[in-house]
Amino acid sequence: MTDLQEFRAATRAWLEENCPQEMRQPMNEADVCWGGRNWVFQSDAQRDWLNAMADRGWTVPEWPKAYGGGGLNGDEQRVLKEELDRINARPPLQSFGIWMLGPALLEFGTDEQKRHYLPQVARGEIRWCQGYSEPGAGSDLAGVQTKGVDAGDYFEVTGQKIWTSYADKADWIFCLVRTEPDAPKHKGISFLLFDMASEGVTTKPIKLISGASPFCETFFDGVKVPKDQIVSERGKGWTVAKYLLTHEREMIGSSDAALFGSEDLVEVARDAIGLNENNQLDDPVLRGKIADFLIDELAFDAELARAKDWMRAGNQLGVESATLKYTGTELNKRRQELIMEAGGLEALEWDFANAESDEKASLWLRSKGNSIEGGTSEVMLSILSKAVLELG
Amino acid sequence: MILLTEEQQMIRDMAAGFLSDKASVDAFRAQRNAGQSGDTSINNEMAEMGWFGMLTSEDAGGVDMGAQAAGLVAEEMGRNLTTSPFLSSAVMSAAALRVASETEWAGKVASGEAVVALAMDEHIKHRPDMVGTKAEASGNGFVLRGTKRFVGDGGAADRLIVTAMTDDGLGLFLIDPTTDGVTVDPVKTVDNRNAANLTLDNVQVDGSALLAKGDIAEEALGTALRVGRSVGAAELVGVSKEAADRTVAYLKERKQFGVTLSQFQALQHRAADLYTQIQTTESVIAAALKAIDEGRDDAECLSRVAKAKASKTANLAVREAVQMHGGIGMTDDLDIGLFMKKARACGEYLGDATCHAEWLLRERGV
Repeated sequence: MTDLQEFRAATRAWLEENCPQEMRQPMNEADVCWGGRNWVFQSDAQRDWLNAMADRGWTVPEWPKAYGGGGLNGDEQRVLKEELDRINARPPLQSFGIWMLGPALLEFGTDEQKRHYLPQVARGEIRWCQGYSEPGAGSDLAGVQTKGVDAGDYFEVTGQKIWTSYADKADWIFCLVRTEPDAPKHKGISFLLFDMASEGVTTKPIKLISGASPFCETFFDGVKVPKDQIVSERGKGWTVAKYLLTHEREMIGSSDAALFGSEDLVEVARDAIGLNENNQLDDPVLRGKIADFLIDELAFDAELARAKDWMRAGNQLGVESATLKYTGTELNKRRQELIMEAGGLEALEWDFANAESDEKASLWLRSKGNSIEGGTSEVMLSILSKAVLELG
Repeated sequence: MILLTEEQQMIRDMAAGFLSDKASVDAFRAQRNAGQSGDTSINNEMAEMGWFGMLTSEDAGGVDMGAQAAGLVAEEMGRNLTTSPFLSSAVMSAAALRVASETEWAGKVASGEAVVALAMDEHIKHRPDMVGTKAEASGNGFVLRGTKRFVGDGGAADRLIVTAMTDDGLGLFLIDPTTDGVTVDPVKTVDNRNAANLTLDNVQVDGSALLAKGDIAEEALGTALRVGRSVGAAELVGVSKEAADRTVAYLKERKQFGVTLSQFQALQHRAADLYTQIQTTESVIAAALKAIDEGRDDAECLSRVAKAKASKTANLAVREAVQMHGGIGMTDDLDIGLFMKKARACGEYLGDATCHAEWLLRERGV
């Protein structure tokens, strides 16, 4: 047996032993384990599964062992993923710490910061949120105005963030703060980490057109942030932010059921509209639109798979994350429009006050934000035209 | 984001170098102006590089490098608008011959000695499963009757693989085009391709002409189409990339209102959207070619999605290319129109997006 075959056999045996049966069921949004100081496990199985995986470093198999990861190489990561998929194992932990902060810290953090923060992320002990957008800085993110005033050993942070996902549930925040008011726009920002329980932090949830949402407005009023909680250097926060954004875009572009809803367009259409005597969907024009969509969707699946292979081979996605973000989110908007069209009058039944996030109308309305959050489609196209095509 | 092995990188570089030198867009234009299609004088060199034997086993005289290698060559052919029997003969016919365990003509194709064309379309749209041509048993052989349409490289073929219905289901016949009763009518096409319509009027052939029948014939045709679609899609993405590259270059050079066109966001965004479409297309083609080489079951579906997506993207690429070039894009002097013609023809050949989307819907039961 090759090393990889041995790894597969050992992994399979270990999973058989350690993955609780309850954690091998299909999941929806409510079953996600986000971890954090205040996390209440939904079951013993959820807790045991997280702990077992975290002990092996397999909540973040690609991170180095020293920082709580599994230290697996690309082939081993692929095998682990295949073995997890084989038994329909749920992800033990999902978090912005894993998807966004972790990669940024691995690239820009000091060794001390990595040793301190990353294992807490890997074990699901600290839940992170992202303090990026502000009321006056959306697509023009580098225009952030939240200020961090130098007060000796610490910065005093004052300002407002918006669209902070799960700010009301998170333990810590990674935050863009203007610490160098006299420097040019892109050179005055620092990347700060701080505790959401700090004095002066308040949050307020935002209701969307689709109903309740994880988004919040977040207010800072003289929050004291020790200076060793800065990632990279003063005024270099934009570089960290941009790097992190590529991971966020990749995450949004490649989101599957969790964010985009798992309803299958073809099944919805068949159930709602029915088939004609030729066993074809009894709405030829809609059938044609679905056909056109399927081609693009299946081609994009291959694109996502290619991006994963690319990263497993040790490469960075970089600007290509804009391609994934743009294509994936525009496709999801099309998917949700078609699901509503296929669902017809039935899909209109919806109670705003009591809306569930997996209802057709909720998913349809929510999808409109996909091509706005994490950088609009227009910003993605501008990035690609400048960075790849060198137009401008 | 393309992961190529060293060997694949070498094949691509070699193809790019050779084709831009010997079979460039300029050569294509010269052939068209001279009323010719393709340049057979370079076939020997292509054969020497192994291109005509990529899908043929080493035992049969090929180099057996697989569909992924063929895709790399095809993409460069698309970029250069190379007219060659590569796809029809060395990819599709060779794939069919291999399944049928025919080695003599497979060897001749691989060595560049012969061109074997695949005659499977009879309808205005690509419907290779609707075979009206009949092969009736007669003595120790068969009599064939029927017509075939748009046989790629049919006018220059030394042998034709013809699909026909026998009493035992589908049959594949290897036919000498000079046989009595065979009429080969060359067709001029919008992309200056060597194609022909074929009439089979009581063509008497020996029993040995039957390459395969029944399940094996279905498998041979299915394999040829699957590989053909995927490699043909690679050719199309080559057309798309070259049209897009030339257009982006033009945006940086052409000035209007005192600035280069590249300053206009309306054009930047359209160019960037096209770029993303090409990226996605390239991904699904790579996936299809790999699935074929690995003998996976999803190769059928992937090859159809690849061809459909490649047809859509090439269509977008050439439309944007002509529009963004403006008036000069409409002139015959500029090459961009040649890409538009190629994209239309290759998009249609082996099935357009609608054709394969229809298959997908049927698979899903709607």
